[in-house]
Amino acid sequence: MYSEKVLDHFANPRNVGEIEKADGVGTVGNAKCGDIMQMYLKVEDGIIKDVKFKTFGCGAAIATSSMATEMVKGKTIEEALKLTNKAVADALDGLPGPKVHCSLLAEEAIHAAIEDYQKNHPQTP
Amino acid sequence: MNRIYLDNAATTPVSQPVLDKMIPYFREHYGNASSVYATGRDARRAIDAARRQAAEAINAQPAEIYFTGGGSESDNWAIKGAAFARRDKGNHIITTQVEHHAVLHTCEWLEKQGFSVTYLPVDEYGRVTAEQVEAAITDQTILITIMAANNEIGTLMPIGQIAQVAKKHKVLFHTDAVQALGAVPVDVEAWGIDLLSLSAHKFHGPKGVGLLYIRKGTRIDNLVHGGAQERGRRAGTENLPAIVGMGEAIALAAQSQPDNAKRLSAMRDRLIAGLLEEIPHIRLNGHPTERLPGNVNVSIRYIEGEAMLLRLDMAGIAASSGSACTSGSLDPSHVLLAIGLPHEIAHGSLRFSLSDESVDADVDEVLKVLPGIVKTLRDMSPIYPGKEG
Repeated sequence: MYSEKVLDHFANPRNVGEIEKADGVGTVGNAKCGDIMQMYLKVEDGIIKDVKFKTFGCGAAIATSSMATEMVKGKTIEEALKLTNKAVADALDGLPGPKVHCSLLAEEAIHAAIEDYQKNHPQTP
Repeated sequence: MNRIYLDNAATTPVSQPVLDKMIPYFREHYGNASSVYATGRDARRAIDAARRQAAEAINAQPAEIYFTGGGSESDNWAIKGAAFARRDKGNHIITTQVEHHAVLHTCEWLEKQGFSVTYLPVDEYGRVTAEQVEAAITDQTILITIMAANNEIGTLMPIGQIAQVAKKHKVLFHTDAVQALGAVPVDVEAWGIDLLSLSAHKFHGPKGVGLLYIRKGTRIDNLVHGGAQERGRRAGTENLPAIVGMGEAIALAAQSQPDNAKRLSAMRDRLIAGLLEEIPHIRLNGHPTERLPGNVNVSIRYIEGEAMLLRLDMAGIAASSGSACTSGSLDPSHVLLAIGLPHEIAHGSLRFSLSDESVDADVDEVLKVLPGIVKTLRDMSPIYPGKEG
């Protein structure tokens, strides 16, 4: 059973799409397992100005992607790196047991996008 | 919102005539069929009548019908009962890779008890052939258990031909016909089978009741031990209202089967044709013609099944999927993998199952709503290669 918040983020996902010339892109998961998340970051002065996602996956995968993008938008890179899967799940009023890995994937996707950004911009934090 | 129910392979609503027949057996005729007084005799007569209805529906004798707690119990009883009763003759069982879990998990449990099981692979449509079965028979084979119709992809198995092979080699043959009754003719004599499982709630009967047909003279061990109910072969006070309901439901289902099959196949074919036309990158799962009249199963690429189910639910349509996210495990449906689908395509499967309460407008609604849902989800899918033209 999904919470109302999960259903809301699934039905009306925030920040869907791609960012052209993104400063960082992270992709995690694989199609065999049924989940792939792709996150795009636009960073200015160490702050995440814009974030977009594309996700192949179940309702929880889409809802956690949406929530994770909301939670890092406008945050500094340091703050965004502190995002945990538990925080994403909590913000959605919890996830059913078998779906907890979706929130983990969302955390990993954000981190992968930040790592990509840091790799592309070695001098900035 | 108008709710459209297209998950009849999961369960069906109890029909009004069935419910009407059941109601008096809760408060008026509530007796225990084993009792000698009048209320008990009423119960006995009602169970006998239901047994005659069930026997007539599948061309069996009433003495060959044993009521159970449902399809899973019937499968467990048939397979474990046959295996243990014939253990002195051999330890080998033949089944297929696409059976219901009530059969597969029972076979896996029997392997732990020292039996050996062959899980026959199926072709791209989900079928095994009688030749395949015959080739798998050894001098140790004591039981063949193969479903009549697949619950996920609707594929019909050549049950009559397999039964001939079983008979030739003097091996017991059980079929799980849970999805078949009411959809295709179920005739134990025409098929020539020894054991057959049915479940009432798949054909507008109540949940929690089923039956096992045991051909006269077929020896299998008991599964539920206790009192002498069901001629000493299945203990437990009979679930009187449910058995009465099953009797009525099976009579009605057998009676309406020919007309239903005709009407539902036409709806099914229209839904399949419409989906294949409206949605790019889609494939039909299961056999194009040898399939249940009410079964539509498709795989839609680049998106995941549960997400489609949730969107359909928001549009008031109930369906099901073989994706991992709906199976409660990390793997998609074993049936879809057995017919050779790669994991990522199996994750994007959808099943619509019709019943005699389904109407043409239900098909129209799916065809109206689903293409938009697919487009929305593909637009947010990182693996979707391009825009739809």
